[in-house]
Amino acid sequence: MQIIGTVITGIGIIFLFIGSLGLFRLPDVYNRLQAGTKCTTLGAFFTIVGVGIMQPDWLLKTLVIALFILITNPISNHALGRASCKSGVPLCDRTVVDKTKNFEKCRPIHDELEGDGEIQ
Amino acid sequence: MAVNTSDIVFLAIISAGIVLCLLRMLKGPTASDRAVAVDTVSTITTALLVLLGSIFERYVYLDVALVYAVLTFIGSVAIARFLEKGI
Repeated sequence: MQIIGTVITGIGIIFLFIGSLGLFRLPDVYNRLQAGTKCTTLGAFFTIVGVGIMQPDWLLKTLVIALFILITNPISNHALGRASCKSGVPLCDRTVVDKTKNFEKCRPIHDELEGDGEIQ
Repeated sequence: MAVNTSDIVFLAIISAGIVLCLLRMLKGPTASDRAVAVDTVSTITTALLVLLGSIFERYVYLDVALVYAVLTFIGSVAIARFLEKGI
């Protein structure tokens, strides 16, 4: 049981490191957000559950923490991505398609404010 | 408290990851980059707290990790709202 827990914890920690590496190397806010969200969620889940397997008395509480991270981490990162899209952070040069130009709701709100002279 | 070799390796890898996130937080061109880096560091820190609780054999660290996860979730949502609309 100790060995299984150690292996699962090691997998999770490797995922955490890969997420940090992607956060450091990728060229754009949105790419960084993707690396920092997916790898970190899976890595934290595996790490915490692995600790729970290593120490079976703690399994219930570690499962609670892991489920909490699994639910809340994508929500907060989605909020950050939506906020950076709305505040007009530019995309990378190598971006091929940008579908947010077609939607009114995804435009940066500052453009609307500049076109409207009264608000200033 | 018994520190194995695997624990030392885990702590070294996780520290390297946190250092990479902090470098991104120092470099980041926009405020969103820094916010993303802080959010990633906070999630890694939650996992690190649970791992430290396993190494030091203290049950209290799990409570600390749970409260830390709740607080960083609220902080990230607040930062996102601030970036989107201002105060």
